[in-house]
Amino acid sequence: MPDAPALRLDNLTKRFGTHVAVDAVTLALKPGEFFCLLGPSGCGKSTLLRMIAGFEAPSSGHVRLGEQDLTALPPHRRPVNMMFQSYALFPHMSVAGNVGYGLKGLGRAAASARVTDLLRLVQLEGFGDRRPDTLSGGQRQRVALARALAREPKLLLLDEPLGALDRGLREETQAELRAVQRRLGTAFVVVTHDPEEAMMLADRIGVMQGGRLAQVGTPADLYRRPASRFVAGLLGDVNLIAGRLGSAEAGDTRAVQTAHGIVRGSATGLPEGTAVVVAVRPDDIVLGTEGLPVTIADTVFLGDRLRRTLRLPDGTVLRSSGRPGDAQDPVGSDIRLGFAPADAVILPA
Amino acid sequence: MTWVTRAALMLGLGFLYAPILVLIAYSFNASALVTVWGGFSTRWYGALLADAPLMAAAWVSLQVALLASTIATILGTLAALALERHGRFRGRSLFTGLIFGPMVMPEVMIGLSLLLMFIGIGVDRGIVTLVIAHATFCTGFVAVVVAARLRGLDRGLEEAAADLGAGPMRVFLTITLPLLAPAVLAGALLAFTLSLDDLVIASFVSGPGSTTLPMRLYGQVRLGVNPEINAASTLLVVLVSVFVLLASWLTARRSRV
Repeated sequence: MPDAPALRLDNLTKRFGTHVAVDAVTLALKPGEFFCLLGPSGCGKSTLLRMIAGFEAPSSGHVRLGEQDLTALPPHRRPVNMMFQSYALFPHMSVAGNVGYGLKGLGRAAASARVTDLLRLVQLEGFGDRRPDTLSGGQRQRVALARALAREPKLLLLDEPLGALDRGLREETQAELRAVQRRLGTAFVVVTHDPEEAMMLADRIGVMQGGRLAQVGTPADLYRRPASRFVAGLLGDVNLIAGRLGSAEAGDTRAVQTAHGIVRGSATGLPEGTAVVVAVRPDDIVLGTEGLPVTIADTVFLGDRLRRTLRLPDGTVLRSSGRPGDAQDPVGSDIRLGFAPADAVILPA
Repeated sequence: MTWVTRAALMLGLGFLYAPILVLIAYSFNASALVTVWGGFSTRWYGALLADAPLMAAAWVSLQVALLASTIATILGTLAALALERHGRFRGRSLFTGLIFGPMVMPEVMIGLSLLLMFIGIGVDRGIVTLVIAHATFCTGFVAVVVAARLRGLDRGLEEAAADLGAGPMRVFLTITLPLLAPAVLAGALLAFTLSLDDLVIASFVSGPGSTTLPMRLYGQVRLGVNPEINAASTLLVVLVSVFVLLASWLTARRSRV
């Protein structure tokens, strides 16, 4: 749906007393995008979602959908729907009553046909007469999804949609959620604290920290090019090697003086002499005859990977992840650790 | 349960309910003397129905209880909604205190102050003043019952309804009120019972021709207890028990939802 209006947040801020819950967030979604707001609890992601839905009035800034300014509209007038964290199914209504609640404008026959379609979409055909309290957790989740989709929202907000499900069901449901989103082409904004879930679901992720958007990008962007230690550590395992930034070399490549030698990585905009860390993913580490001296502290065979724990002379613990076919140096042997400058990101310490 | 706790329970229950059981037993006494057992009879229940002033008093009590509990239920529910659903507005604590005040104020004081007010504004005492007085002190009880339920009600349900396009009125009528209904009904039954029971406040604000049942019973007892009083009291006890049990059943049932 290239013409569907997309969400734009403009300097959106929410203060509770002196506490700034959401701090000047500016964000533009692409039409039909699956966007994920990721962050620890208290980072402001839920407050941001509630401002988009209209349950919290922003202290300043604007919420726009295409050319329409939603900021002053009450929740029931916004062309946006939300799936609540605890599902918030109406306990005194049947499944069909819940799903059809938002279809008041339609005629009785049209509404009932739409409810049937929606229940088919979430694979709950024939459950229309059941009460929510007779359903399993996964079924309730799907009723909540069907209810939120009933009014064909231009944007669907999902607050921890899989938070109440157990592990196995979660992965299955992630796939279903993606499938539904692709089929409908509706833009989804999901709030989650689970980085793995965010990477599995989203086209793009917005990482939130202390009320601010720390970084926005595709899962690969955030994984390969994190903008801060926080983002680097949030999305998977990362090695951090401390040092001091040297002078500029070709392109983005800069040298970093560490306690055990010079390493190279990419950096932009940091002045020479800054205390930095070099962030390298375990799978980008090359063990051989060049680079920093390390001791192999442990080796674990994980089937598809060989995971090594390495120790720098100063005690810093690093991890590498290689193919099992690689040279099998025994535990305790001294070896050299290197990586391509393009695979390492230099971040402020 | 050990025999000690069982015995303690029996003792406690006996202490609470033995007098009422005695009253009920004597209401079936054939003898006209209250303290002498003359065999089983229902004659006093018959006499009760024929006692026109007593029946009139019962009719006044029922009318007052019905009207007062209706008003108290509406006001109490609105008060609970204001306290629980409108954030921390200015003077909220003061308002809370004012609502619940009449529950702990001595009845004599409420009765006297209402009487002074009615005289002051020149209202003739009768059923109207009784209804106003009872509605006043019952509102707090309804507000407490309804507010407790509101606190337990997930705000997400109302937000979800608003999110699905329902305006404030539709949210209230289709979500809040149906989920609140058992508490509202329990509050109404409680108010009805309290109104039916009240003697002190009624004595202050009732006028000629609007004697309530408890007033009538109390007045007769002062002239000497007769088995007819026992019968009337038994009926009152049964009626009140039914309402109280119904109210607590409704309150218990709602917590499962």
